[in-house]
Amino acid sequence: MASDLETATPAGGGRARASRSGVWYPRWYWPSFTAPGLIWLALFFVLPFFVVLSVAFGTVDPLFRTPLPVYQPWYWDFATFGETLSKFFVGDRIYLSPLVRTLVYVAASSLICLVIGYAVAYYAARHAGKQRGLILMLLIAPFWISYLMRIYAWQSLLQPDGYINDMVSLLGFDRVDWLAGKPVTVILGLVYGYIPFMILPLFGFLDRIDQNLLEAGRDLGASPYRTFRRVTLPLSKPGILAGLVIVSLPMFGDYYTNDLLGSESTSMYGNLLDAAVYEAGRGPEAGSLVLILIVMVMLPMAYYLRETRRSTGGT
Amino acid sequence: MSEATIARGQPAETGGIVHRATGWFRNPWRRPRVLQAVTYLYLAWTIVPVVIAIVFSFNSGRSRSTWQGFSMRWWYQDEFNSLWTDEALRSAMSQTFRLSVITVLIAVPLGTLFAIGVDRWRGRPAGVANFSMLFSFVIPEIILGTSLFLLFSNLLQGAVRLGTTAQVLGLVTYQMSYPFIVVRARLLSIGPEYEEAAMDLGSTPSQALRRVLIPLLGPAILASVALVFADSVDNFVTVRYLSGQAPSEPLSVKIYAAARASPTPAVNAAATVMLVATLTAIGAVWMIYRKVMGQRGDELTAITEL
Repeated sequence: MASDLETATPAGGGRARASRSGVWYPRWYWPSFTAPGLIWLALFFVLPFFVVLSVAFGTVDPLFRTPLPVYQPWYWDFATFGETLSKFFVGDRIYLSPLVRTLVYVAASSLICLVIGYAVAYYAARHAGKQRGLILMLLIAPFWISYLMRIYAWQSLLQPDGYINDMVSLLGFDRVDWLAGKPVTVILGLVYGYIPFMILPLFGFLDRIDQNLLEAGRDLGASPYRTFRRVTLPLSKPGILAGLVIVSLPMFGDYYTNDLLGSESTSMYGNLLDAAVYEAGRGPEAGSLVLILIVMVMLPMAYYLRETRRSTGGT
Repeated sequence: MSEATIARGQPAETGGIVHRATGWFRNPWRRPRVLQAVTYLYLAWTIVPVVIAIVFSFNSGRSRSTWQGFSMRWWYQDEFNSLWTDEALRSAMSQTFRLSVITVLIAVPLGTLFAIGVDRWRGRPAGVANFSMLFSFVIPEIILGTSLFLLFSNLLQGAVRLGTTAQVLGLVTYQMSYPFIVVRARLLSIGPEYEEAAMDLGSTPSQALRRVLIPLLGPAILASVALVFADSVDNFVTVRYLSGQAPSEPLSVKIYAAARASPTPAVNAAATVMLVATLTAIGAVWMIYRKVMGQRGDELTAITEL
C-alpha cells in the first residue's frame, strides 16, 4: 500500500524516538488516551475473573440456592472446586466423557480444518489468477454470516426429510438420522463453523512467500513435492500454528454447535459449563468449570499472544 | 518432457503412460486441477447451505426442509407467526439493532483512543495495556460471557441489571479489540512523521491530533465501525448470558431458542435480516471507503490483516 512505501524511509527504526524528542508532550498525554480503555478492562475484564474465583471458592445460599461469593481470598473454600475436579477423574467420573469428547472433537475438527483450509488457502494465494478477488471475497463471506445461521442452515439440511437425506436416498441408501447425536455430524458442524478462521491466517502467510524462493528451489533440482516440503511448508508454519490456535480456542468453549446438531451423547465441555451456569445451586460449580476451562486454553492462548506481539512489534 | 526429469538426471526412456503421468505430476507449470476442485467445492459447501436457508424463508409451508411453494407468509403475511407480526421476533430485531449501534458508539472511540495511546506511549505499562487488550480478543467467548454473568448477578447485582445495559457492557468489552487492532495496524504503517510535520509548522499536539492524525486514521476507524457492527449483530454467546427478561433477547438468541424447539421459516427470515444488516453495513462502509481512498480492495486487506 502507498502508506507503507512512504514510511519505509531509510531512517528505519530509530527515527521515531530521535525525531520525537524535539516535540514536548506532557508526561500524562499519551497514557491518558489509554485511561478509558484501561478502566473499562479493569472493570469488565479483570474484575469478572475475581468474581469467578470468589464464586467458585464461595458457597451457596441454603434457602434460595443462589451463589454466595466470598470476596476475601483468605476465607476461600476449595471444597466445591475439588468436588468438580473429582467429577472428571474420581469415582463414576461423569464429566470425563464430555472432556474426552471435547478433546477428540477439537483435535479432529482442527485437523480437518487444516487439511481443507491449507488446500484452499494455497490455491487462493498461488493459483487463483483473475478470480482472486472473487475467491477472497467468498472466503471472507462466512465472517459476515452469523455462526448460528450457518449451523441452523445445516440443521435444516440434515433433517430426516432434508436435502442431504434426499440425496442419500437417491443414491439408494436408507435415510439417516444425522441429528441424533452422531459425532460425525458435530465434528463436521465444527469444521464448517470455524474453518474460515483457519483459511485467513494461512492465506496471509502463503501469500507472503516469495515466488523466487520456490523457483530457486526448483532450479536447484528439487522436485515439486520437495520444494513444497522444504520451502513452502516451513515458511507457512507460523500460519498453520496460528490457524490451529484460532480455530481450537472457541471450539473448547463451544456448546451451541452440539445443541443444534447433536444430542446428550455428543455433549462437550461447553455444554457442562452452560448447564451449570443457569441451574440453581450450581453457581460455585459453574465458577469452577470456568476456571478449569481457563487453565485448559491457557497454553494455546499464551502461544498466540506471544506470536501476535512479536509480529506487530509490540513493546 | 518435464524439466524436473532432466534436472534430476533421470533417463527419459521409461516412456509410456507411466512416464507421461509422472511427467504431468512433475511439471511445475501444470494447472492445479485438484486444488482448484477442492477450492470450488469448498466455496460451494460454505455458501450453498446459507443460500438454501434464505430461500426457505419464502417457503409457503411450515417446513424449513421441504419446499412447498413460494410465499411471503413468514415475512409479513402470516397473521401471528411471521417475522413482522410476531411481537417477540419484532422486538428481538429492534433489540439487535439497538445493541449493535450502542456498541459501535462506545467500542470504536474507546478502542481507537486506546490504540493511539498504546502506540505513542512507550514503556512497560503500554506493553501490559497492549497485552491485556489482545488477551480480551483471543479468550474464548464463553469464558468472558459466563464471567460477566457472574459479575453482574453477584458483585454488581444492584448496579447493573441483566438486560440491555449488561449486554452492551459485555459486547463493548469483547468488541473493543477490533478498532484497537485495526487502528493500531494503521498507526504502525503511517508513522509519526505527519504529526511532527504539522507541529513543526506550528500546530499544538491536540491540533495535530485532530487535524492530521484522526483524518489519517479515518479509513481504519470506518473499517472498525463495520467490523464491530457486523460482529455485534451476529454475537450470540455474550448477549445470551447477559440477557435478562425475554424482551432483551436479540435475534441471535431467538434463533438459537427456536432452532432447538420447532422452528418455522420465520426463523429463516430472521436470520436473513441479520445477514442483510451485516452485509449492508459492510457494503456501505466499503463504498465510502472507496470513495474516500480512491483505491480498490483495501477493505479486503484490512480484514485479511485481522
